[in-house]
This record gives sequence, structure tokens and C-alpha cells, in this order.
Amino acid sequence: MSHGIDASAKATSIGSLELHALSLRRHILRMAERVGQGYVGQGLGIADLLAVLYSREMKYDPKNLAWLDRDRFLLSIGHYSIGLYAALAEAGVIPVDELDTYGADQSRLEMSGSEITPGFEMTGGSLGHGLGQAVGMALGVRLDKKASRIFNLLSDGELQEGSTWEAAMAAAHHRLDHLFAFIDCNNQQADGPPGQVLNVEPVQEKWKAFGWDTQRINGNDIHAIVDAIDAAKENSGKPHAIILDTLMGKGVRTFEERDKNHFIRVEPDEWRLAREQLEEYAQPRHRGSA
Amino acid sequence: MSISKSKSGVTGNILSSHVDGAERTATAPFGQALIREAEANPRIVGLTADLGKYTDIHLFASRFPERFFQLGMAEQNLIGAAAGLARTGFVPFATTYCVFATRRAYDFIAIGAALGSANVKIIAGLPGLTTGYGGTHQGIEDLALMRSIPNLVVIDPCDATELGQVVSAIARYEGPVYMRLLRGEVPVVLDPDTYQFEIGKAKLLCEGTDVAIISTGLMTARALKAVSQLNSSGVSAALLHVSTLKPFDIEVVLALVKRIPRVVTAENHFTTGGLASAVADAIVDAGMAVQLKRVGIPNCFCESGSIPYLVRRYRMDSEDIANAASELMRGTARRE
Repeated sequence: MSHGIDASAKATSIGSLELHALSLRRHILRMAERVGQGYVGQGLGIADLLAVLYSREMKYDPKNLAWLDRDRFLLSIGHYSIGLYAALAEAGVIPVDELDTYGADQSRLEMSGSEITPGFEMTGGSLGHGLGQAVGMALGVRLDKKASRIFNLLSDGELQEGSTWEAAMAAAHHRLDHLFAFIDCNNQQADGPPGQVLNVEPVQEKWKAFGWDTQRINGNDIHAIVDAIDAAKENSGKPHAIILDTLMGKGVRTFEERDKNHFIRVEPDEWRLAREQLEEYAQPRHRGSA
Repeated sequence: MSISKSKSGVTGNILSSHVDGAERTATAPFGQALIREAEANPRIVGLTADLGKYTDIHLFASRFPERFFQLGMAEQNLIGAAAGLARTGFVPFATTYCVFATRRAYDFIAIGAALGSANVKIIAGLPGLTTGYGGTHQGIEDLALMRSIPNLVVIDPCDATELGQVVSAIARYEGPVYMRLLRGEVPVVLDPDTYQFEIGKAKLLCEGTDVAIISTGLMTARALKAVSQLNSSGVSAALLHVSTLKPFDIEVVLALVKRIPRVVTAENHFTTGGLASAVADAIVDAGMAVQLKRVGIPNCFCESGSIPYLVRRYRMDSEDIANAASELMRGTARRE
């Protein structure tokens, strides 16, 4: 193949995917430590999905981002950009060194990501934008008779935006079975858990009622993510919603246990502990995959 | 207060056209022009939010069913999906009414379409007082809202002639555009053999020396009548048609105003935030002393009713433009 990466040829074993996710988590900690704050909890929580998408599932060419046959990843939730920057750096889309500019003045890596960053297909952050644009892209690539797929990452809190449901209806009506929505249910939004802010459950039943193929899995279990995507691909005629129950701060125990972890502020002396905890988390995985 | 029972004074059907007393009309100039462009450019696609036959895009849908997407009553998704199509290399024309596009989908126009300059064409029907339905359907502040969005081109065409030319121009232009739509039977006012629309260019339609009328959209048709009325009463009026509100042709506007510092603006929109405000900004920024009168909709939600009634009620007719010009002339005479 002259261009384009079939990610499945690059990293297939669960062990190597876990190592990839660990690399993303290390990048995320480094970015957040530099600025002393950030959406580190979200990034750590979604690292497993990003590892599977960018090193196994998606077709893209880091040297030719405009490749027409590429799969497209749309980040609705702009504040999760810390995770996507890490994934894009690992994928060779942006230089790893550039991660040190996260959130800095004049950096391309904004705290809430936008399409000024290479590899960002759209601007999210004002929540509820991703799925609508995903619908348009899915209509577009189908009209062009491309095999491209569209992946959209949403959050549980984002389900409160009505535009998400406008798009959900349209995707099912137009039978966009090459469209995959991942809904990160980390049970935390700006003002608290969705159950207290505005209940979004039952999430899976809602998507099913809107005419989607649905699954709900542990979003921090790489095996489960791989299986869910493979199962969705076998199911034609409907768009696919894969609901991920994730733990914010996954891999760093003190972040996992923090009460209010939508936007984490960390004292300078806590970062060393965080890094140590991440390596502790990684240890049994290394052994398991060896 | 007596209530009129005459049939001429009732709110029309939402689908009805208002030809404004025009001698010549064209049918569905937007739909016809879009088909023409789409025959030459296979990347053009159409979308609507349950207003296909109300925005004349149903003609495109019949001609190119595979390139047309019905998205139902969901304007946020209409604009979002159009942005997604643009980002896969298509040229989407998305239709709804002004009120729904700009009020319901503002964030989607701003962030989805304009922030990244996605190649989205938003075609918005029922501008200003072209529907007898009241505050829910009359697009009275859409130009103000759209003018405030960076990267967005904002156009208010005068008639069928210009509308067709605008469709052709924006299909070739790379970037987001908001165009006000005149649908159904649309007056033919401008001569297709001599008039040529260009994005961002104001056009001097009448030369004059006493008063300068600057108009946009369908008000230019009424302004042309006002010029005749003024001429017959001995007032020489120039008429500048500014169909592109953004980018605004400051140079041409200022050149005219410098020559004739008595200006009447006329727009089918609030007199704030639209054409009059753009003209006033240009004048003030240039440090000019100019007398300005604004014809347009005052800052209120308008009544429902027949269109002729509404045009009279809100002083939007050719006589109102001519009267404003005459008042400026009388004021000048008094001072002199």
C-alpha cells in the first residue's frame, strides 16, 4: 500500500495495545504536570479507547492527513484533547516534543482542542457538535463510495445536549452503519455526576430506542473494547453506539479516588507520586503481556 | 377600533409568494439555479430541515435524489451535517428559514461552519417581512446575528436575477456563506443582461446628486421606485445596492457618501445590526459628517397579517424611502 496505515497490522495483541495505552498515559501526565492542571482525569480514562483506535482500528496516514480514504475520528468533547494529543503524538501526526506546549500561549495544543491541531477533523468543545458532523461525513464518504468509517467520541454529560439526539435520529434514519459513536460514561460533568446534574440513564436503552446497534462495556478493558468494535462491524444496517464505563484518572490511584475530578489541580509535589502510581499500575500488565 | 374583514387583508398561506407588485417574476430561481450549478458540479449536495418545498430545494431533490438529504426538523443537525459534508469535500446547500437557521443553530453556524471556514452554504427563507406569520417566522435580526460571525459571507439578494447569480457565485466560492432566500414567484427587477453580482461588491444602480439611497435585499426594488418618485419631484437620487452585507464594500459606500452626505438606508431587517449599522460604522470610522435616515424594521417583534399591511405598518414601502429622502432634502434646505 503506497499510503495509509492499516492500524491492525501495526498492533494486534492485547499486550501491545496495553503498552500503547500506557505510553498515552505517560504523555498525558507529562502534559498535565507541565501546566500543573488540566483534564488529566478524562485523558487517563479514555486512553484505552484511543490506543485501540489509533494503533489497531483506524486507517490513516500520519504523513498525509487529507488522505481521502482515511477513517475519521471526531472529538466532540474538546477538553479530552489531552488524550488525543497523546494519541496523535504516538501516531506520528504531531511531534512528541510538542506535547510540552499543552495549554501554553501560542501552542497548537489548546486546553480545549480545535481543528487548528493537525489530526483534529473538527472543532468540539462546545458540546453536541461531534455527532452531527459525523453524520455529514458519513453521508459524504458513502456518496463517494469510500470504505471510510467515522468514529465519534462523546461523553455522558454531552448526552444532555439536544443536538446529539437530532444527529442520533438522522444517523439511524440514513442507516449510517459505518458510523461509530463511543460514549464515555465516566459519571462526572462540570457540576457533578450526571445522576445529580441531569440524569442521562438508561444510556444504552436510549440509543437502542433511537435505532442504533448498542453495546455497553468496561471502557478500561482493552480486550472488551476490541471485541465490541469487532462485534459492531459484523452488524450492518444501523449506526453503532458503544457505551464505555470508564474510570476518570485510570492508572493513577490518587486521581481515580479524587472526589471532584472534572478539572484536576495537582500540587507540585503530587506529580512524582502520580508518576509512580502509573508505573505501579503498569507493572502487572507488563508481566501479563510478556 | 374596526377590524377589517376584507379578503385582501388576511395573513397568507405560509407557502404563498409575495411578488410586491412586480411586472415580471421568475419561478423558484434558487431551485433552478442550484440545479444548473449542480449539473456542472457533481460535488454540490442539498439538505433541508423539513422545508424542501418551502425553500424551492425540492426541485434539486427531484433532479438529484441521491445528492439530497432530508434531515427533518432539526436545524442544529442540519448545519452540523452540512459542515461534515463540507469536510468530506462536498459543497452543501442547506435550507431552512432565517429564524430557524440563525436562532436555533447559531452555535453550529459559528463553530461548526465558520470557525474552520467549512464550505457550507446556508440558504434561509422568509427574510424580514416576507411572511405574514409573526415573530416566530419573520427573520428580522438574522443579518445582525450573521454579520457578527467571523469568516461568514452574508448576502441579501434583491430579486430573481441576482439570486441566480448569487447561487452561481457562492457555489464557486470556498467558504461559509449565509444567503437570504426569496422563494416561489420572485420579482425580476434587475436586468440580467446588465447586472452582474459579485461577492463583496456594492453596485451603483442609479446615478444622482442630491440624496444617496443605500439599500439591500428586496428593499432595492422599492428603492428603485423611490428614485423614480424622487426624480419626478425634482430630487436627484443615487441608488447603491449592497447585497453583500459581509464583507462590506466600505470603499464604494464611503465614496458615494463623501459625494452626497445625505443618506437613506433601506433594509428588510432591523435598522440596527444590519445595513444601516454597517453604513453608520463606516461613516463614523471615516470621521465624516453625514445625515442618515434609516428605513427598516424597528426593534420589535412584528405583527402577523397580510404582507401589504405589514409593509405599510412598518413603513417599508417605496413611499417611505422617498419620504425619508425628501425629509433630508427639506432639512438641508432649512439649514441653507
